[in-house]
Amino acid sequence: MLDIQDLHAGVDNKEILKGLSLNIKPGEMHAVMGRNGSGKSTLSNVITGREGYYISKGDVRYKNESIIEWPPEQRALAGLFMSFQYPVVMPGVNNTYFLKSALNAKRKHNGEKELDAAGFLKLIKEKLTELDMDTSYLQRAVNDGFSGGEKKRNEVLQMLTLEPELSILDETDSGLDIDALKIIADGVNKYRSPERSFLVITHYQRLLKYIEPDVVHVLIDGKIVRSGGKELAIELEEKGYGWLES
Amino acid sequence: MSNDQQIIDSNINKEYEYGFVTDIESETIPPGLNEEVIRLISHKKEEPEWLLEWRLKAYRHWKKMKTPNWAKINYPDIDYQSISYYSAPKKKELSSLDEVDPQLLETYNKLGIPLEEQKMLSGVAVDAVFDSVSIATTFKDELKKAGVIFCSFSEAVKDHPDLVQKYLGTVVPYTDNYFATLNSAVFTDGSFVYIPKGVKCPMELSTYFRINEANTGQFERTLIIADEGSHVSYLEGCTAPMRDENQLHAAVVELVAHKDSTIKYSTVQNWYPGHPDTGEGGIYNFVTKRGTCLEDNARISWTQVETGSAVTWKYPSCILKGDNSVGEFYSVAVTNHHQQADTGTKMIHLGKNTKSTIISKGISAGKGQQTYRGEVKIMKGAEQARNFSQCDSILIGDSCGAHTFPYIDVRNPTAQMEHEATTSNIGEDQLFYCNQRGISSDDAVSMIVNGFCKEVFNELPMEFAIEATKLMEVTLEGSVG
Ligand SMILES: Nc1ncnc2c1ncn2[C@@H]1O[C@H](COP(=O)(O)OP(=O)(O)OP(=O)(O)O)[C@@H](O)[C@H]1O
Ligand SMILES: [Mg+2]
Repeated sequence: MLDIQDLHAGVDNKEILKGLSLNIKPGEMHAVMGRNGSGKSTLSNVITGREGYYISKGDVRYKNESIIEWPPEQRALAGLFMSFQYPVVMPGVNNTYFLKSALNAKRKHNGEKELDAAGFLKLIKEKLTELDMDTSYLQRAVNDGFSGGEKKRNEVLQMLTLEPELSILDETDSGLDIDALKIIADGVNKYRSPERSFLVITHYQRLLKYIEPDVVHVLIDGKIVRSGGKELAIELEEKGYGWLES
Repeated sequence: MSNDQQIIDSNINKEYEYGFVTDIESETIPPGLNEEVIRLISHKKEEPEWLLEWRLKAYRHWKKMKTPNWAKINYPDIDYQSISYYSAPKKKELSSLDEVDPQLLETYNKLGIPLEEQKMLSGVAVDAVFDSVSIATTFKDELKKAGVIFCSFSEAVKDHPDLVQKYLGTVVPYTDNYFATLNSAVFTDGSFVYIPKGVKCPMELSTYFRINEANTGQFERTLIIADEGSHVSYLEGCTAPMRDENQLHAAVVELVAHKDSTIKYSTVQNWYPGHPDTGEGGIYNFVTKRGTCLEDNARISWTQVETGSAVTWKYPSCILKGDNSVGEFYSVAVTNHHQQADTGTKMIHLGKNTKSTIISKGISAGKGQQTYRGEVKIMKGAEQARNFSQCDSILIGDSCGAHTFPYIDVRNPTAQMEHEATTSNIGEDQLFYCNQRGISSDDAVSMIVNGFCKEVFNELPMEFAIEATKLMEVTLEGSVG
């Protein structure tokens, strides 16, 4: 699904990823953990094609195709999704309108019929129920005045609606209360399937109790220094990152 | 033949000797501006003596005036002697759409303008059974039944001279400002509306229905009178891009609202903005629009969507004379590429409990420069006057500019004033957020901009609002890389 080989990348002439390799197969759930500033969000931004990030070496392949020259919307339409660490506020842009436009852009790209207002409303209401969200959400502007947790919930709602094949969740658990964390984890678990893959960035083993990763990676200074099973996350929680530094 | 007529005629003939290549039957007067030209215009239009006198007074006044230079706009000096001040209602007819600039056609198609209308707009001869002609006819019958007068200014001068004489220049006097004074001297046509006492105009009045009737030209004059207790909504312009060989446009609009009446005036201005790379050939649009709430409980509401022209200089204003009268200004202005706009409003509070609202939304992209200039004046007698102003600007890219100049002059301590202003950017993060959800940058921009303009679009009549939304999309297309 996703294959990254010896990736060197950065921003503003600053190299942040220094030879990172990662391979995620269909249906797999990978977790990435690491200290603040180790390059986790940079990795997400590079995979999704954010402007301003450069790649000096290596390749990012998605479904066996190099995507590093693709504009971000092309990657999104091809099934790549990122739940933002800091979801963006769009004042005046209605949630319903935003999400419907995104969904229809995707449907159009896939050669499917675009949904009309009624069709979309039916669909979105199901997803709202699934995530225990109020319908008043639909009338609000995207992330405008949302609490930290509400923003994260909104990201997951978008994921469930757009049905991506590879989802990157960048600290989606941060800012969620205990109940919300469960709801979101349930949503993600239900969404898991043999065709869908995940890259989950988190600081807490807590999330990984709910959504069990197949592989856990530790990122230090732009490189993956250790990969293992879910027990690695438990070990990290106890020992911190120091013992992995060379 | 009257004495005056003789003078006019002899003068015309004199001019003819001096090189006028056209005779009285011809369509266009050669370039140049002097009293003879004004007499000629008035004569050709068979105007009454008082109107000629009024034009001449304006012209004499104009000669003593200087071009205003306080606005934040740059344009080359205009040579007023190189302009032709009269051309008869005749457009160059093309035989098919194939002869029309393909770029223009592309825009029409993007706006979803039907083929027959495209022909009309671009000056291609249309079939006799053209839809809007028949619509216009039914339309006229219905208005007639209601007693509403809606005609060209020239017709009004002929058929309702008393009304025209009573109101012309009462809101925008011929001495008002450089461009309005010039317009008073040389205006060729425009619209006239009179809504009688107690009548709610049965439909939106749109200049659109008058499009093939008269070539209103570059010096347009509009006068709208709402008599006691009446109500009218007037739409000016259309979303289709309009080209004009005349670069200078100096229109005047006067609104008179009597007791308990309402005038709602909506504009969509989409004149040619000039070449995208150089700004060359774009229209200079210097407009004076003003309304008076003459008596108690009158209401005047201006809504404008300004997307066209190379230079826009325009401040639709309200004089709130009557007690409890209300003035409103809702504006969306877009400047892209090399466009410049200096626009805003004036609200002059004279009566008690008068209330004004200003909502201005400016969007700048490319190398566009935009200024909001607003004045709120609360005069001594305006007890308990209230104003709310909100001026928001949004910038797309970093080569454009937005400037805000709110002037406030309060001479009555009971006044309540509220002013809010914001400037924001369409951020890289917002675009990326949209892109990451599969939404293209163009769609993202129009989504953000439409959200930004919502308050103003809500004031537009329904179908105009939909067109305006589309128009914004087309205007801002490609404004982000
Ligand atoms: N635009 C930028 N210019 C300069 N340095 C940057 C820029 N963006 C990120 N960095 C730096 O790159 C490093 C990696 O940042 P990144 O956001 O990827 O960290 P992270 O692992 O996601 O951290 P956190 O756990 O705090 O979210 C940090 O040191 C950060 O300061
Ligand atoms: Mg991060």
